[in-house]
Amino acid sequence: MSAIAPGDLVLEVRGVTKAFGEREVLRGIDLTIHEHEAVALIGASGSGKSTLLRCIDLLEEIDDGDVFLDGEVITDPAVAPVEVRRRLGLVFQAYNLFPHMTALENVILGERRAHGASRAEAEERGRALLARFGLAGREGDRPDNLSGGQQQRIAIARAFAGRPRALLLDEVTSALDPELVGEVLAAVRDLKREGMTMVIATHEMSFAREVADQVAFLHEGRILEQGPPTQVLESPRQNETRRFLGRLLEAGRA
Amino acid sequence: MSELAANPAGSRRLEREAAKRRRHRRGQAIAALSSIVVIGGLITWILTSPGWPEVRELFFNWGVFEESFPEVLEGFWLDVKTFMIVEAVVLVAALALAVLRTSRGPAFFPLRLLTTVYVDLFRGIPTVLLVYLVGFGIPALRLSGLPTDPVVLGGIALGLSYSAYVTEVYRAGIRSVHRSQRDAALAVGLTEAQAMRHVILPQAIRRVIAPLLNDFVALQKDVALISIIGPQEAFRIAQIIQGETFNYTPLIAAALLYLAVTVPLARVVERMGGPEGAVR
Repeated sequence: MSAIAPGDLVLEVRGVTKAFGEREVLRGIDLTIHEHEAVALIGASGSGKSTLLRCIDLLEEIDDGDVFLDGEVITDPAVAPVEVRRRLGLVFQAYNLFPHMTALENVILGERRAHGASRAEAEERGRALLARFGLAGREGDRPDNLSGGQQQRIAIARAFAGRPRALLLDEVTSALDPELVGEVLAAVRDLKREGMTMVIATHEMSFAREVADQVAFLHEGRILEQGPPTQVLESPRQNETRRFLGRLLEAGRA
Repeated sequence: MSELAANPAGSRRLEREAAKRRRHRRGQAIAALSSIVVIGGLITWILTSPGWPEVRELFFNWGVFEESFPEVLEGFWLDVKTFMIVEAVVLVAALALAVLRTSRGPAFFPLRLLTTVYVDLFRGIPTVLLVYLVGFGIPALRLSGLPTDPVVLGGIALGLSYSAYVTEVYRAGIRSVHRSQRDAALAVGLTEAQAMRHVILPQAIRRVIAPLLNDFVALQKDVALISIIGPQEAFRIAQIIQGETFNYTPLIAAALLYLAVTVPLARVVERMGGPEGAVR
């Protein structure tokens, strides 16, 4: 599915560690993401996938190591996190839409307040984005009145609205009813086709196989195995990877 | 089985609706009857008490009421004005204090500490006492530039006391907004201050409208406390007339005026705290 060939290095994670109190969640992560590339993070719950994405978006402060965005270190205390976050997009597992705002207001908040777009400008683009993700006519609806799939597509539009260098997707389908998973995956697929650079934490192995250029298997805060999806998912080298994939197979998720 | 078959679908429904109506009518009848018994009993109990003729003369004297009401009403305007100004100041000041109290970052530490001390102090002192202390303490300093008007001083005391309460109401609202909302706001590129302004506060305030209005009602009544340092508001005037006439009816007039404001306010509170108002 790599319609567009990978380009320059966009994100680089180097030796990142993160502990919450005594609990070490990341124990030295190395990862590179090139332009137009989609990297899938797989691994059991608690393996550190979400924490890694939150660390890249500077929502968590890392303990050691560095993260680079376009060759520039972003985890240096001297770097303003706001500036970094404006260059990245993050989609949360639980959507985290703003419940007091309409779909359109959700999408344009960042445009208006963080990127200084005028209301008219932001609204025009917001409407176009909502339409693009199949939400035309839903501009004035509050998140409460929309399905989980619609909410998550708004959240994707919201993250995409800031023209991010890379999108970070944190298990964007795990909170959804099974019949709604497809429409959200279709939106991500669409972004991939356009060449969006993405880091995708996911439990959907078939989706990872289809969309990702690289799959990284996280286990207890380390990347145990990394490579093209066919290799990691079909002929894993590590026992832990095999065990993890086996468990998913049993649960009917692979 | 045969009965079910004999009954077309619609008639069962009609039957049920009729039963529901019967139940409803019976409920209403019982409510009316018990109200008459309880309220009627209470009234009879009071009206037949040995002291009632005297009480009626001293508290419910129509002549005194008619005579004193205009004066008490005039005093009540002072209550209403004081209430509105103090309430407006409290709403804004307490919001600022609550934001400071919940702010992060070491730079805000002294401000956080000060607001915590402020809330502890002024919430812990009885409002009456504060009115006394401010009302007599500040003029005693004899510093130029400080207000000496007892209404202003009383208003300041009420503002200090109620801002402390209302700060905590706002703070509870801010804390009730899940931190994932802050994360989402930061993730779209907002600063901490913008996240507070556009994402957290709008949700927080919506959730605390009912408790805020509750404090409105309390403040509206407590305005009467400023009378102890001199201002001629409704309660004070009623007291003066009572002193002159040896009749308590003016106090009843003042009570009715307070009720005329607090009861409608209370209905508004209930409506906003209802099942719909609470969530949004």
